[in-house]
Amino acid sequence: MNPLAAIGRTFLAFLASTGRMALFAGLGIFHCIVPPWYPRLVLRQIMDIGYFSLPVVGLTAVFTGMVLALQSYTGFSRFEAEGAIASIVVLSVTRELGPVLAGLMVAGRVGAAIAAEIGTMRVTEQIDALTTLSTNPFKYLVAPRLIAATVTLPLLVLVADIIGVMGGYVVSIHKLGFNPTSYLANTFDILEVMDVVSGLVKAAVFGFLIALMGCYHGYHSKRGAQGVGQATTYAVVSGSILILTFNYIVTEMFFSR
Amino acid sequence: MSSEHAKIHVRGLKKSFGRKTVLDGIDFDVAKGESLVIIGGSGSGKSVTIKCVLGLIQPDAGVIEIDGEKATSLSGRERDQLMAKFGMLFQGGALFDSMTVWENVAFRLIQERSHSRKQAREAAIETLGMVGLGGDVADLLPSEVSGGMMKRVALARAIAARPDIIFFDEPTTGLDPITADVINDLIVSVREKLGLTTVSITHDMASVRKIADRVAMIHQGQFIWTGSVGDIDNSGSEYVDQFIHGRAEGPITMDIRKP
Repeated sequence: MNPLAAIGRTFLAFLASTGRMALFAGLGIFHCIVPPWYPRLVLRQIMDIGYFSLPVVGLTAVFTGMVLALQSYTGFSRFEAEGAIASIVVLSVTRELGPVLAGLMVAGRVGAAIAAEIGTMRVTEQIDALTTLSTNPFKYLVAPRLIAATVTLPLLVLVADIIGVMGGYVVSIHKLGFNPTSYLANTFDILEVMDVVSGLVKAAVFGFLIALMGCYHGYHSKRGAQGVGQATTYAVVSGSILILTFNYIVTEMFFSR
Repeated sequence: MSSEHAKIHVRGLKKSFGRKTVLDGIDFDVAKGESLVIIGGSGSGKSVTIKCVLGLIQPDAGVIEIDGEKATSLSGRERDQLMAKFGMLFQGGALFDSMTVWENVAFRLIQERSHSRKQAREAAIETLGMVGLGGDVADLLPSEVSGGMMKRVALARAIAARPDIIFFDEPTTGLDPITADVINDLIVSVREKLGLTTVSITHDMASVRKIADRVAMIHQGQFIWTGSVGDIDNSGSEYVDQFIHGRAEGPITMDIRKP
C-alpha cells in the first residue's frame, strides 16, 4: 500500500467530514432562526442540559477552586507572593477553568446523551417517521438542542464561576489562614467585567459545539448498537477537542494584543 | 394507466448507493383506492422504492407524481403539503418512545395545531378504536405494549390525520401468524373504511394474498412481474414461483458459500 495515498485518502475524508459538519451546522442555525419553533422542546432541553448538569458542574467547580488555591499557595509561598492567590483563583476560574471544565463535563454528560438519543431515533426509523408526519427533524430535534445548549451553558458557567471562587475562598480562609476581608477585597479588585464576559462567551460557543456534535453524530449514526455506541463516542471526543480548540480561538480574540 | 388517472405514477426510478445499483428504472402506477404489494428478496430495493416515493431518499433519476403533481425536488412547504397526503407504517413501528400511545397517535394533529391537546387526545382514542384498541392503552408508553399492539398503534398513527395514501413496510414481520392475520384484517378494513390507496412491501405471502389487489415483484432493481393477486399462482415467471413457494433452488440465487 502506498503510504502517500493513504495519507491523501485520510486527508480527503477529513475535509469531506468537515464540510458535512459545516453544512449541518449551517442548516441547524437556519432552523434555529426560521419558524416554526418548539418552545416546549427548548424548555425541556434547558432542563435536561442545564438543571440536571448543575450537580456535576458544581462539584467540578468547587474542587477545582479548592485545588487551585492549594497548589497556588504551594508555589507562591516560595516567593512570598501568597497575596496573589485570590487573583489567581478568580482569574483562572472565570477566564479558563470555569468554562472549559464545565464544557468538558457537559460534553461528557449531555453530548453523549444527545448522540445516543438521536442515534437510537435514527436506527429505529423514528427520524424518518417525523418526516412522514410532516415534521422537519432539524426543527424538531436539532434546533431545540442547539438553542438550549447555547443559552444554558453560560448560566451553568456563571454558577460554576461563583462556586469555584467560593471553593478557593473556603480553602484559603479555613486551611491556609488568609484574612477573609482582604481575600475578598483582592478577589474583587482584580476582577474585571471582561474576565467574566469572555468566560460566558466561551460557554455559549462550547454549548453550541457540544449540542452540534451530539446532534451531528447521532443524526448520522450507523445501524445497530455498535453504530449508536460509536456515535456517542465520536460526539464526546469531537466535542471535547472542539472545546479546547475554540477555547484558544476565543481567548485569542479577547485577550491578544 | 395514464398519469392523470393514477394516484401514484412512477417512471424510470433509479437509485444507486456508491457502486451498488439498487433501483434500475422502476415503473409503476397505483390507482385511487388500489392496494399494490411489492414483493422481492431481502436487499432487492423494496424499501428504497417506497422511501423514494415518500421523499425520504432522493432518487438519482426518474419521475414521481402524486395526483398528477411532481413529488421530487419540492420546497419545504410544498413537501409538507405532499406529506399531509401520506401515512406510513414502519417495520418496527417507529413509535416515539418518549411519548405516550395517544401522543404518538395524535402527533400530527398536535404539530399541525389543528386540534387542542384535549381534542387531539379524543381523536387519538377514537382512532385507536378503529384498530381495535381501547382507551386504556392511551396513557401507556410504547415500551409497555406488546409487538402486535405496537403495530396497531403505529397503524393508528398512520391513519390519524386521514391521509389519502398509506405505505406499509413489512406490516406483519416479527408477529405470530394469528396477530399477523389480525393486522392484515385491520389493514383491509381501514383501507375500505377510509377509501385509502396503499402500497405495501412484504415477504409474507399470507399477507400478500389478503391485502393485495395487484402484486409487483422486484428483482435486481427492476419490476420483473406485475399482475393481479389472483394471477400470482399462474404468473408464468420462474422468479415469482420460486419466491412464493420459498424454494432455495431457482433463478434467484443467494451469495451463500456451500459448506
